[in-house]
Amino acid sequence: METLEHIIAEHPFFAGLESYYTNLLTGCATNVRFDGGTYIFKEGEEANEFYLIRAGRVALEIFAPQRKPIMLATLGEGEILGWSWLLPPYQWKLHAHALEPVRAIALDGKCLRAKCEQNHDLGYEVLKRFARIVEQRLEATRLQLLDVYAVGRS
Amino acid sequence: MMATAATVDPMLPQPYSVRQVVKETSDTFTLTLEPPALEPSSGVYRNRFQPGQFSMLWVFGVGELPISISGDPAARDRLVYTVRSVGQATQTLVSCEVGDAVGVRGPFGTGWPMQQAQGRDVIVIAGGIGLAPLRPVIYEVLHNREKYGRLVILYGARSPHDLLYRRELTAWARQRETQVLATVDYGGLNWHGNVGVVTTLFKYVRLQPTRSLAFACGPEIMMRFVARDLETNGLARENIYLSMERNMKCALGFCGHCQYGPHFICKDGPIFSYDRMRPLLEKYEL
Repeated sequence: METLEHIIAEHPFFAGLESYYTNLLTGCATNVRFDGGTYIFKEGEEANEFYLIRAGRVALEIFAPQRKPIMLATLGEGEILGWSWLLPPYQWKLHAHALEPVRAIALDGKCLRAKCEQNHDLGYEVLKRFARIVEQRLEATRLQLLDVYAVGRS
Repeated sequence: MMATAATVDPMLPQPYSVRQVVKETSDTFTLTLEPPALEPSSGVYRNRFQPGQFSMLWVFGVGELPISISGDPAARDRLVYTVRSVGQATQTLVSCEVGDAVGVRGPFGTGWPMQQAQGRDVIVIAGGIGLAPLRPVIYEVLHNREKYGRLVILYGARSPHDLLYRRELTAWARQRETQVLATVDYGGLNWHGNVGVVTTLFKYVRLQPTRSLAFACGPEIMMRFVARDLETNGLARENIYLSMERNMKCALGFCGHCQYGPHFICKDGPIFSYDRMRPLLEKYEL
């Protein structure tokens, strides 16, 4: 049977992390499932965790007044969901909508923040990984903003 | 007497007739053209082309357009083009009816390096109508499955309504050793696929960088991002190929309209390896 520690160690987000750290992370982790169509979190709610997606697809949505929700991006297997737990005010900025049944590992943000404060090496490892994700998503957003397929663009 | 292939003037359009027009999206159409006097034994008008090559299509009374061939290289009794209607000439072209005449010159240019791809995984990355010049690659790989490794097709479009060849995408995904992933920049609420730019699909693919060749076609800036990400994923620059586009006129390297740095896109390209293009792609206003 796969242990939580094994699942965390195998997840691409924590690839290469020393077992000492994955052991520390496991203390903050739980296995979770979400039915398709449900919201994992909503904008404005307290952000107390992040998720290592193991299966299923999640849409990041934003609402604008008098408009239907706008789907900004989708996330899937091997990706992480949520970084608002990392910085004050620890509130979600978007909605996370499970488009299909989702299996994930939830990592408790408060627990993880405390461990990172106590162990800065762990904190640095976690931040390096989040920085890479933020950089990748920022670059993808820039390309998305260019609207490169619109008529008249080349 | 019918002219032989050797005597056909490359500047002289050959009259083809429209056999079929298929509406792919609200502004994009696929035209099937056939030569009026197909004579298989003579070799004349045999539509041999390499995946990635283009033709000059003459819309009588309007003008001439460079259009990539999007059909099956094995189907030699016809030429297929996918055209986005964005101006007067393309609008007239896609408005053609069955039986109408269209002038065809070509095929011209270099093709995708299919020989080099043999024995390797083929990674096809397309954006928008950029899937059209890559479709012949897909046909070629699927017809000759034993010659190639895995086929990975990553396709990005503006919205679900802008995805080309939707039925074929589904059919290709069912083929062995073939992975097809599509994404859109803007998904509506009824879209349950991926949302995000085409580069976000790389994370769902197990790339084998040392035994893969990547072919990318789409808006130039998209190809720049794609090439950069492929390189980050371990692909050597010389194993990444891009289909370039400039204003082609003569298609023979005479007129210079399509000059891009030291290259003529029509003659030296349109397919170039990334290591040749990279210095130019990063130059302003080129």
